[in-house]
Amino acid sequence: MNYDVMLDVRGLNCPMPIVKTKQELNKVESGKILKVLTTDKGSIKDFQGWANTDKTIELIKQETEKDENGKEIYVHYVKKK
Amino acid sequence: MNSQSLNQDLKNVDQLENYKIEIENLKKRISYLEEQLADILEKKNKVGIVVFSGDLDRVLAALIIATGAATFGKEVSVFFTFWGLNAIKVKKKLSNKKWHQRLFAFLNPASASNLPVSKMNFFGLGSKMLKMMMKEKNVSSLEDLIKMAKELGVKFIACEMSKDVLGIEDEELIEGTESGGVAYFLSHSLNSSMTIFI
Repeated sequence: MNYDVMLDVRGLNCPMPIVKTKQELNKVESGKILKVLTTDKGSIKDFQGWANTDKTIELIKQETEKDENGKEIYVHYVKKK
Repeated sequence: MNSQSLNQDLKNVDQLENYKIEIENLKKRISYLEEQLADILEKKNKVGIVVFSGDLDRVLAALIIATGAATFGKEVSVFFTFWGLNAIKVKKKLSNKKWHQRLFAFLNPASASNLPVSKMNFFGLGSKMLKMMMKEKNVSSLEDLIKMAKELGVKFIACEMSKDVLGIEDEELIEGTESGGVAYFLSHSLNSSMTIFI
């Protein structure tokens, strides 16, 4: 999956993953895709809820990966419309 | 010119006039509806939060919702009243106050860093423990959330009446905090899609 900017907010908890993502999106031009790494399990539903409500962003894809220690990482691809 | 075609022409002119009037009426109705729609959309875009409590746990909840809503692109106004004012204080000022106001200022927390928890506070021990637990889980502190909220454009409004009663001055509050009364709050709240009282 292609992306323009990567944001690593692993370790941060609610509401920071979406807040930091929003701040990062404010910096990029529309059409750009942001790859966000989180460890907050709630962020899966948070990103979905955000994309459903805020018409200025689009949630392209979400996936779960494992890091070298076997800890789950949640990856979100967010596009600025 | 024969009279029949003249009659027909006059009829056509009449009909044209009627159409014009009808179009004008429709235009008016459309602009009225557009105004109404703009009103509704504006309302949908606003969120109001009243922070009455000065308890750490409650104010945390308020600020998490505020920053979350701001992330969603909402226009958020947070009204701090009574105990809630403790959360936006930056210092404790004892001079230039009446004795009871001074006592109140002395007994109340001086800033967001010193708030008690609503349950199991045990003279501040509970509050310290909660902060420790939050740090362990990497949850942002109240001070960070307040800073973040300001960065996201969340508006802080202090209740003028509470400030007056408790003798709290502008210089004791976070910079950029506005002051207002109930009407100011209502003008926000009645024009927003969601109002929360904490």
